[in-house]
Amino acid sequence: MSDITRAEICVTACADLFAGAGETLASPMGLIPSLGAKLARLTTEPDLLLSDGEAFLLTPESTVEGWLPYRQVFDVVAHGRRHVVMGANQVDRFGNQNISAIGDHAKPTRQLLGFRGAPGNTINHRTSYWVPRHSPRVLVEAVDVVSGVGYDRAVGPFHDIHRVVTNLAVLDFNTPDHSMRLVSTHPGVSVDEVQKQTSFPLTATDVVETRLPTDEELELIRTKLDPDAKRDKEVPS
Amino acid sequence: MRDKRMTADEVGSEIKDGMTVGIGGWGSRRKPMALVKAILKSNAKDLTVVTYGGPDVGLLCAAGKVRKLVYGFVSLDTIPYDPWFKRARETGAIEVLELDEGMFQTGLKAAAHRLPFLPIRAGLGSDVLKYAPELKTVRSPYDDGEELVAMPALKLDVALVHLNRADRHGNAQYLGPDPYFDDLFCLAADRRYVSCEQIVETFDGPPQTLLLNRMMVDGVVEAPGGAGFTSCVPDYPRDEARQREYAEAAADLEKWADFEKRLLA
Repeated sequence: MSDITRAEICVTACADLFAGAGETLASPMGLIPSLGAKLARLTTEPDLLLSDGEAFLLTPESTVEGWLPYRQVFDVVAHGRRHVVMGANQVDRFGNQNISAIGDHAKPTRQLLGFRGAPGNTINHRTSYWVPRHSPRVLVEAVDVVSGVGYDRAVGPFHDIHRVVTNLAVLDFNTPDHSMRLVSTHPGVSVDEVQKQTSFPLTATDVVETRLPTDEELELIRTKLDPDAKRDKEVPS
Repeated sequence: MRDKRMTADEVGSEIKDGMTVGIGGWGSRRKPMALVKAILKSNAKDLTVVTYGGPDVGLLCAAGKVRKLVYGFVSLDTIPYDPWFKRARETGAIEVLELDEGMFQTGLKAAAHRLPFLPIRAGLGSDVLKYAPELKTVRSPYDDGEELVAMPALKLDVALVHLNRADRHGNAQYLGPDPYFDDLFCLAADRRYVSCEQIVETFDGPPQTLLLNRMMVDGVVEAPGGAGFTSCVPDYPRDEARQREYAEAAADLEKWADFEKRLLA
């Protein structure tokens, strides 16, 4: 299949976040991570558990296979068999994330959602981030408010920030000091461009190109998971 | 058995200056809006509001009722940010205790169990503790010696919740997919008021849907549509058009007075 879009590459990059997850609750926030999680379940990770974003666990055919109201989500968070993909108004070099407020927390210049579950998620189980618009304002030197906990502040036995997927690249923290590393750039994006859109220096050795979706994955994305191509609104090509 | 039926305005008159008021539901879902409106019409002020926040927060901030807000988030779900909450924060109008969602639940649970605190990992390493220096940590007395957050009890003077059905004695039932934390709000509070879509003599449906029993409830208000414009499935979904109208008015002070008047009419 041809004419692969940037959005489709982001979907498969998000699907790859769940490689090896097995019987784990995938909690993707936002459209592209949700498509990625569903794609993973239909292909390489058939054991993944997926919620409808309300209180039910659903099979790919949308039949209810489980009940997971918020109180039980909190149990899963503490129990740890969960991989959340959160958004981030800001994310920094060590993976600290901010969804709370911009500016001084006492009187912010811009109030956002609040801490939500970010402190508990990041201290309890694997967490990744999805950034639909990679820019120096999002990839910042230091976040204004630490909602999700990064590697330089990590405590406890279960902290695990896995990857950051953006509209330009895939990044992780697989460096000696757990600072952010450029893993791959999406086709057509240069290392320089990613660096220019990031406020801090990235480790960028052995950068590869993000893989293309397979024909099977493209078919699933285009005909089954997102036939109306809503993905192109989140990540225009 | 006692008949606990009362009106929303009678509940409103129970709310006194300076009280800590817990509000059930979640975001823009099954919020006790009829009871919130009763607070708006009352003279109560300087409230501490404890909530998984939705439009209840915006309405109470708009009316100047809130001294302090305790929350994990404030969101209208389909509209991410509540304009009144943003305004209250960005002008420094309210004091806040901003928590992780799980810490919030743990605080309610500690209050429900009459404990001073319960331990939780959430919060460690984050800025929750930085902005709430009154929150302390505790070290495990066992061999692991792990340091944990000692989440203090979130004790409530009053809990306000909205369920689908109730009887006149205070037993109450949710029929949607999620109980949220309405039972915990009631257990954490001294005075507990439930509004409902309909007061019934006997309950239909599986007994697991009977979330509140009459030990947990002091007053019952029959308020059909009493969660609107938030959702109260299966009785009704969120009224997205009315929510948009709320958000647009909240974002434009010239429109607000008129909207508020119609809301309380």
